[in-house]
Amino acid sequence: MEVAIIGIGLHPFGRHEGMSGLKQGAAAVRAALADAGVTWEQMQFAYGGSQDAGNADALVNELGLTGLQFTNIWNGCATGGSSLHAAYTAIKSGAYDMGVVVGFDKHPRGAFNAKPSDWGIDDWYGETGLMLTTQFFAMKIQRYMHDHGISEDALIRVAERAFHNGSLNPTAWRQQALTYEQIAESTMVSHPLRKYMFCNPAEGGAALILCNADIARRFTSKPLFIKAAAVRTRHYGSFEVFSPSQAMTVADAPTVTASKAAFELAGIGPEDVHVLQLQDTDSGTEIIHMAENGFCEHGEQEHLMRSGATRIDGRLPINTDGGCLANGEPVGASGLRQVYEVCLQLRGHAGARQVPGQPSVGYTHVYGAPGVSGVNIITT
Amino acid sequence: MSRQIPLHEGLYTWPAERPQMLGSRCNQCGETAFPAQDDCRHCSASDSTVVPIGDRGILWTWTIQGFMPKTPYNSGETEETFAPYGVGYVEMPGGVRVEARLRENTPEQLRIGMPMQLEIVPFRRDDDGNELMTYVFRACEESEA
Repeated sequence: MEVAIIGIGLHPFGRHEGMSGLKQGAAAVRAALADAGVTWEQMQFAYGGSQDAGNADALVNELGLTGLQFTNIWNGCATGGSSLHAAYTAIKSGAYDMGVVVGFDKHPRGAFNAKPSDWGIDDWYGETGLMLTTQFFAMKIQRYMHDHGISEDALIRVAERAFHNGSLNPTAWRQQALTYEQIAESTMVSHPLRKYMFCNPAEGGAALILCNADIARRFTSKPLFIKAAAVRTRHYGSFEVFSPSQAMTVADAPTVTASKAAFELAGIGPEDVHVLQLQDTDSGTEIIHMAENGFCEHGEQEHLMRSGATRIDGRLPINTDGGCLANGEPVGASGLRQVYEVCLQLRGHAGARQVPGQPSVGYTHVYGAPGVSGVNIITT
Repeated sequence: MSRQIPLHEGLYTWPAERPQMLGSRCNQCGETAFPAQDDCRHCSASDSTVVPIGDRGILWTWTIQGFMPKTPYNSGETEETFAPYGVGYVEMPGGVRVEARLRENTPEQLRIGMPMQLEIVPFRRDDDGNELMTYVFRACEESEA
């Protein structure tokens, strides 16, 4: 049994004063339904998630009380990937023919402020200022740069490319390209990461309509197919966020295991992928994720960034919609925004940022606290 | 009368002539955790012993916290009085890397691989005027014992 994507919808990311996160989720679902040419009544199930904008299943108050199975998903920044995985499994199992995956959010301004008790840690950890995702990402890339010879140049180029791609994307939050110098001279937030190297919490919604591939052509002449969906958590020894200590042994990150599982399911390798979205909470994580997902060797990123290989017209186009850096991160919606972008690219509808040569294989990757990764492989 | 008390019990030995960080060692697999915990995150056993894990270590990675964190950060500082602080993981002889605030707070003062020394320092005052003590690491000389 194969799983198809027949509808995609997005409520633009950014700031929307006076509009609740829930309403942004509803707008995304309505857009996806319209795109697929189906109705809410036809949805047999829904998986959805939001961090700060309420329970996803409250969407039925907006969209209609049809009695469908609606399950709330919460898995940190990997919420979207986890919702999609649940929906993929639901159809794959044969239990359902058609359903919706939705994510939305609306965060207050400024860095996230997690509560230690939610993560099984005592209060001192937060009180003394150790519980910040920004710190963790800075320390992770600091060590990575030391071990693999990556320089600040690569970090700057990731942000430069993200904001350039954002400038080509009418639904991005940040649509203004930034120069290399503007990024290099922006405020240092957590050494070695500067202001424009971090994404910001934001608002937005994204939704997908999935169905059994056998019936997909009733709704669209160009269905897309989910060849793999995999979610994995951290192993003992992987360096993850919100850890008062780290083991001395070094294990593969959850991204490595999720990626390997996805490639195995799809029966293809990294060399077969034409367009990819990697979690870029900051410039450093994108650099690390390039290697962890198997698209290059550790340390090779320096050259890949300098040579332009990851640009829209390069051989490895990454974060073609501007990624988290240019779109911001409404946590519940972010992973599905990546899938939305890959679908646009595979349909050939990505406008000014369209990857040339009719891409037919797309890849998405989310990573969330405290060490969970979700990978999807989508094809024409 | 105000006095000095630990911000949280069980993280280090203090007061002591030479305070040590405390962790737990699994009696089944030998892996160390900080803070001490009953259950082993490596082998899933529930058979561990609290052990000192040292007062000196090697800096494994670091950053500088440049802006004042939102709550739950609670240092008694205001936006006006906030001072950036270093944060790092220090590789302890007890066999675990411990996350800590660092005395040093500029990139010039920090490098991966440098030796670090534990200090127990005042962090803030509680409502009764007591000084709440926490652990930090500071750069030290190779020869410093």
